[in-house]
Amino acid sequence: MSETRTIQWTQRRKALLHSPITTSISKLLRVSVTLLGLLLITFLIGRVMPIDPVLAVVGEQASKETYEQTYIDMGLDKPVIVQFYYYLSDVLQGNFGASLLTARPVLDDLLRVFPATLELSTIAIAIGVLLGVPLGIVSAIKPGTWIDVTVRIIALMGYSAPIFWLGMIGLLVFYGELGWVGGPGRLDIVYMDTIPNVTGAILVDSLLARDTATFKNALAHIILPASVLGYYSLAYICRMTRSFMLNELNSEYVLTARAKGVRETTIIRRHVFRNIRVPLVTVIALSYGNLLEGAVLTEFVFSWPGIGSYITTALLSADMNAVLGGTFLVGAVFILLNLSSDFLYRYLDPRTR
Amino acid sequence: MATVYELLDWLQSDQPSSRTQARVSAAYKLCILLGKNRLAMFGILIIACLVLISCFAPVIAPMDPYSQNLQARLSPPLTEGHLLGTDSLGRDILSRLIYGSRITLLVVALVIAIAPVFGLLIGTVAGYVGGWVDSFLMGLTDIFLAFPRLVLALAFVAAVGAGIENAVLAISLTAWPPYARIARAETLTIRSSEFIAAIKLQGARPLRIVVLHVWPLCISSLIVRVTLDMAGIILTAAGLGFLGLGAQPPSPEWGAMISEGRRFILDSWWVATFPGLAIFFVSLGFNLLGDGLRDVIDPKAHKS
Repeated sequence: MSETRTIQWTQRRKALLHSPITTSISKLLRVSVTLLGLLLITFLIGRVMPIDPVLAVVGEQASKETYEQTYIDMGLDKPVIVQFYYYLSDVLQGNFGASLLTARPVLDDLLRVFPATLELSTIAIAIGVLLGVPLGIVSAIKPGTWIDVTVRIIALMGYSAPIFWLGMIGLLVFYGELGWVGGPGRLDIVYMDTIPNVTGAILVDSLLARDTATFKNALAHIILPASVLGYYSLAYICRMTRSFMLNELNSEYVLTARAKGVRETTIIRRHVFRNIRVPLVTVIALSYGNLLEGAVLTEFVFSWPGIGSYITTALLSADMNAVLGGTFLVGAVFILLNLSSDFLYRYLDPRTR
Repeated sequence: MATVYELLDWLQSDQPSSRTQARVSAAYKLCILLGKNRLAMFGILIIACLVLISCFAPVIAPMDPYSQNLQARLSPPLTEGHLLGTDSLGRDILSRLIYGSRITLLVVALVIAIAPVFGLLIGTVAGYVGGWVDSFLMGLTDIFLAFPRLVLALAFVAAVGAGIENAVLAISLTAWPPYARIARAETLTIRSSEFIAAIKLQGARPLRIVVLHVWPLCISSLIVRVTLDMAGIILTAAGLGFLGLGAQPPSPEWGAMISEGRRFILDSWWVATFPGLAIFFVSLGFNLLGDGLRDVIDPKAHKS
């Protein structure tokens, strides 16, 4: 994601958000149209696939009558538009079909694996924000110095390194050689199923159950994949913070404040940071969404039982219902994140009220 | 010597006397500016090396990238005859990396040939025609932007089957929306400018205006964006290869090589490490060049 695009995006949002009521309605309309389009795309992808959906259900040995009966039962003799209508009404009732691999409804599977991804990406985004924003600010305050150069190199490396490779090297060094962190998975086998499942996030559940041993083990397992993912979002957040800061520092109100003799720290804390806070929210929401993408590869490397592993496993065994359900869920979360960043935007920026 | 100075004068002239001179001297000034940016030059150096290596792969590579030697399997780096060691089938990793650069370049070239062209087409039509066509096309763009790239590419490849051609198509499918946005934004500003009104008065039809007058002006911002995106394209392609959905074995694609090395990562680190480094340097090169180009072509854009 380039900076210019995000800046254009935030500016467009600013303009859009000036009349709250009309835009709220049109925003909701737009979101529902996008969701509908998302469904249409997953539906079409499901239709062009070379796998025979009937054969997948009845199996190779089925008789011709069974095959044809199932063909009609599945509505495959109807026109494509009618099939899409069926698909749509199924999805609206929360029915994404059954997974071939687990023989359970895809929605149940998705709800089961999603907390693992959420836990991982929340810790990752926390790392990205807590390190990325300060680094970006420091580098913008002293442009051209060695601090700035170091920060930019760190960010650039995060942009350029393949995330799955970073994860593997991390496992090699910190798990294989040094033994500082836990290996793949969310917990060691000894600790599995020792605590009641309340939220699905093991770190929270183990604290609720006051089980420090499980908590420590979960922390040892999550720290490496979360750092790898966090580095990825750190690079983006840091870069954007820096360019937002530079943009504001060059504006006239900063010059005025300096001329009045306001201290530099006060200028940054009180004036500049308050102005970059608003576009930063959009950036953070966007990178939270991008983490879902990074999560697919990271979870694969770390055998993390989240939605990324679920999609890739389903992919490799041609379980189309699971792939499409997962893809739709990721797309929907992406859209919701954007929507919530819009509302936060409105809350933080008094000009848009 | 005199001719050199004449040439320089001709290149640096503020009052070009022909269209060719204007274009060539603009390109010359661009190169000078880019040349001052050390990081961008480093990026160009990396990319130039990549191109040279892939052109002369048969000459440079010490061995055949496909020839197996099970007796020498998993030899560590600096073994006699295998500078970077061998993989689980005893194939020379250095040679495979060298041949793999061809696949990387091919993927990038094909995606660049498809996605920006498609985006330009959609964006300029949406921007120039306006009305419901604009709403429809931009709605379509929004839908595609709503998917995280890799996930959409995964679903697409899952549907049409794994392979390098399908991976290219999948990446193009996910890469065009930003180009359409940029092209539309440019078209909207160009459409209302006076020279377009003048051409319209002369009786030019929409097709002529879009192709001959709007497209050339959209190109420069698209080029910057494409260069910035190339690293992402390489990483996505490598990710697809890593998941076994891109180039198929025994093809020496870098992502697939990392995937092969995953099983031996704790014992034989070199099998996965070197292809990863190769991907890292190439995408670093494109990132550096992209940043440099953006600073030169669009100095108003925020530096970073």
